[in-house]
Amino acid sequence: MLIPHPLLGPRDAQEFTYLGDARLIDRPDSSAPDAEAAFCDYVFLRDNPAGVHRELWFHEQGDRSWLVVTRDTVTHEVLGAELARNVPLSRTRCGK
Amino acid sequence: MKFSGFRVFAEALKGHTGWRPLWRNPEPKPAYDYVIVGGGGHGLATAYYLAKSFGRSRIAVLEKGWLGSGNVGRNTTIIRSNYLLAGNEPFYEFSMKLWEGLEQELNFNAMVSQRGIINLYHTDAQRDAFRRRGNAMMLAGAGARLLGREELRAMVPFLNYDNARFPIKGGLVQPRAGTARHDGVAWGYARGADSHGVDLIQNCEVTGVRLDRGKVRGVETSRGYIAADRVGVAVAGSSGRVMAMAGMRLPIESHVLQAFVTEGLKPTIPGVITFGAGHFYISQSDKGGLVFGGDIDGYNSYAQRGNLPVVEDVAEGGMALMPMIGRARLLRMWGGVVDMSMDGSPIIDRTQIDGLYFNGGWCYGGFKATPASGYAFAHLLATGAPHETARAYRIDRFARGHVVDERGAGAQPNLH
Repeated sequence: MLIPHPLLGPRDAQEFTYLGDARLIDRPDSSAPDAEAAFCDYVFLRDNPAGVHRELWFHEQGDRSWLVVTRDTVTHEVLGAELARNVPLSRTRCGK
Repeated sequence: MKFSGFRVFAEALKGHTGWRPLWRNPEPKPAYDYVIVGGGGHGLATAYYLAKSFGRSRIAVLEKGWLGSGNVGRNTTIIRSNYLLAGNEPFYEFSMKLWEGLEQELNFNAMVSQRGIINLYHTDAQRDAFRRRGNAMMLAGAGARLLGREELRAMVPFLNYDNARFPIKGGLVQPRAGTARHDGVAWGYARGADSHGVDLIQNCEVTGVRLDRGKVRGVETSRGYIAADRVGVAVAGSSGRVMAMAGMRLPIESHVLQAFVTEGLKPTIPGVITFGAGHFYISQSDKGGLVFGGDIDGYNSYAQRGNLPVVEDVAEGGMALMPMIGRARLLRMWGGVVDMSMDGSPIIDRTQIDGLYFNGGWCYGGFKATPASGYAFAHLLATGAPHETARAYRIDRFARGHVVDERGAGAQPNLH
């Protein structure tokens, strides 16, 4: 698999370490009253879709950036990649 | 129709005209007492024990493709009970005991061959960990022997004992472990279940789960609606997809695991050898092919095929361990989709939906568990209570903090 790195161009997936679902960016609020249940879901439960999946890859053998890669889990086709730090930023700008 | 040596002889005299199909191919009925989703090893074993050992009737197994078309025909056929943790070891030893009586039980040749397994160690720390694991195995009645380098060399002289990075210092042996003919296991259970009145319904994909006020009423399928008050899901690999129909998220990711077989060679590898440090394990089939594999690819996948980096990694591991296989030609390689759970251990439990039961999360080790998984799941479906060896496999163990994490890797499925 080749991952289209937004800064470095297409890079071999071998250079990356896989973490998992990109929803892991959204860490729950630890001071919320339901924090225990929210963290349990956050740590252990996954959507695990068959099809398009947004996921976190770490460019360990490269520029050590975290990417959010959009990939089809049925075909292994990589549909896109963006810098993970831009994902929550763009969300804030949208006011979400 | 009972199989026996006499029967083979008698059929030979009659030109083999008396053999009949091993199971019926019935039309689905509108309602059953028990519906098992998934006609693989675990689903068929569940149906068999539910009918035979627990005396239940009106049971159907629904299979999307043909019986045994998933992971039961894609694994590397190893059976063993060499675990450390108290939540695991009694369960897998229960499975091992069922394996030992399986062929008599089913009157079917599953080619169970207790040729032993060797886990290699390379450091003092690893040896101490293996000694502890061996003790845990002996406490559960599984039996284990810790071999030093020279004892091991007498047993398997062809290994590279002086690898610069991982010199072999010895191994932990479970003599009762071995291999079984994976398809034969599925066929044997299917035949046994069918003869006890279970309807095995193939080409019947479950497309929805009908719920009513938190209770299961039945399943929508590609062959129409089938009503059932108790639905057991045993579809490891696709657990996420099926349980999502009932609105559940699971502590599971689906990953792809690859396996390989060479052309047939003369008998050369006496049992199963695992080289964990080099991500490689190997055995030899009765037909002569070297059957081997390594790590999972490590990213979410439903593709039933992997990528080349893992092929290279496995081949390197094999060459580091036993350079003699370098000239063997690879015949086939394939992938299977496995449920990687958050602690590396399976789940056999009821769900918060009344009447819906779940069996999954087998990671890359479901085949060896087939008999015990079937028995424990049947026990749960029939009695509503977990089997005594499967009490640690509750789905709420993650919330309670009672994970069964053999590797100690934490909630990172691709590290188990």
